[in-house]
Amino acid sequence: MSTTPIDTWAVDLADVTLIYPWVGSEVAMFWIAVVLWLAWHIWQVKHENAEYVDQVQKHGDSETIRKAIDND
Amino acid sequence: MDTDIAALTTVFTEFYYWITVALMFLIHIGFCMYEVGASRHKNHMHTLMKNSMLIPLVTVTWFFFGWWIYWAFAGGPGITGGIGHPDASFADAYIPWGEGMGPRLDDRITGVFWAAFLLFAWTAASIVSGAVIERIRSFAFWMFAILIGSVTWSIDAAWGWSYGGWMVEILGYHDAYASGVIHAIAGGTALGILVVLGPRLGKFAADGTPRDIRPHNPWLVCIGLFLIYTGFWGFYVACNVPIIDAATIGGQITGVTLTTTTIYLTPTTLGAITVNFLMSLSGGMLVGYMVSKGDAFWTYSGGLAGIIAASAGNDLYHPIQALIIGGLGTMFMYKIHFWVERTFKIDDAVGAVAVHGYAGFFGVVIAGFVLWGQPSSPYEGFAVITPWGQFAGAVIMFWVLGFIPAYVLARILNAYDLLRIPKEIELLGLDFHSNLEADQARQDVLASVREAHS
Repeated sequence: MSTTPIDTWAVDLADVTLIYPWVGSEVAMFWIAVVLWLAWHIWQVKHENAEYVDQVQKHGDSETIRKAIDND
Repeated sequence: MDTDIAALTTVFTEFYYWITVALMFLIHIGFCMYEVGASRHKNHMHTLMKNSMLIPLVTVTWFFFGWWIYWAFAGGPGITGGIGHPDASFADAYIPWGEGMGPRLDDRITGVFWAAFLLFAWTAASIVSGAVIERIRSFAFWMFAILIGSVTWSIDAAWGWSYGGWMVEILGYHDAYASGVIHAIAGGTALGILVVLGPRLGKFAADGTPRDIRPHNPWLVCIGLFLIYTGFWGFYVACNVPIIDAATIGGQITGVTLTTTTIYLTPTTLGAITVNFLMSLSGGMLVGYMVSKGDAFWTYSGGLAGIIAASAGNDLYHPIQALIIGGLGTMFMYKIHFWVERTFKIDDAVGAVAVHGYAGFFGVVIAGFVLWGQPSSPYEGFAVITPWGQFAGAVIMFWVLGFIPAYVLARILNAYDLLRIPKEIELLGLDFHSNLEADQARQDVLASVREAHS
């Protein structure tokens, strides 16, 4: 019993093709990966937008900006 | 791999592409150093992360759809063939759940070939990254990175950088080392974004005169460009098929001589492209130094532009041709860069549109004159290389697949206020908050040390 198509290496390697686990679940793995990818973008854009709003509230007064420009 | 020679050929090819991937990593390190060096201190870390995170994002999307597009779209689809033209089995194998996408002992080449193409995709996206520093939102840039890295570059490679591409077949398009398919499209993409994004605050005076926002660290910029030169070796050799026989090509070549070929399966040699790489680099550096009167940034950029300008035909040029074309391409891009900046108020922060876009466009077009009449393919029925075929190809790369999709996406993102950072953040600096925290932490430590001393 193996998670890969290989139960033994007592074979002719010319007959061996796939060697990864859970052959047959590729479509499911693909959709899981797509969901994770899209979720990352959704988290990232929310985080980035919130960060800008927060920073403008905390540091966006004209005095702080003037000092930042002078130190540029 | 049932004979010694078959095993050697296969493992040599596998190792060959693997080495190119490792070398091409240096391009990305170079781009990161170059961008961070060009940005101001207040934006360093955001600039670094904006570029670095294109690595995972383009990688996963290249796995999801970029690689499949390359194998599926060579015929248009609908111009010279349907999806998968000229061999539908490749497109079927390279859907993300396809049988060609996982490790298998009977296919040792696909993985390294996939990775080499992926590194081209990173390069295309990274070129764009430098042009838009210090004012683009990270989310927006990563959308553009995916657009060029996993969609438009993949389409242009299918069309004009594959043995069965419709542009090769109908236009005789020849672009052996990617003047157009990487550099012109990346320059066009950057320009499409810049038109909507606008310049950095303070870049232009009230009367429209451009100001020079100097790199924070010119030394880091130049070392970054040097690393890009180094990684470019990997890029060049990855564009070749290292060893192949006439029977495998299956075209009009006769005899049994094994050869190196371009991606079009047209014969060349590693020696030819090595000499031409160095000669075009030299032409670019010599002219870059001259036109910029010894400015380090433009001299190094000139070297890069020289290679890019000669790349379309560096499989066939005589070294002196490569030298002169590299020099002319550098002069062209330098003059156009400052004319565009003055005339259209385009703030291309690192000259990426010029070095890659204008020099790449020039390189594709000039190849049409210098290689006029040369067969573009070993296969019967393909057009020969011509100036008009190359000009049409350059327009497709820079404008159709570069500028237009990026401009449209930029307008969409801008409409939802997702393109440019708020004005206050741009003035404070993207790293303002973390720099402030770092400074406060430093002050805390200093205070405790003073206390311990007293």
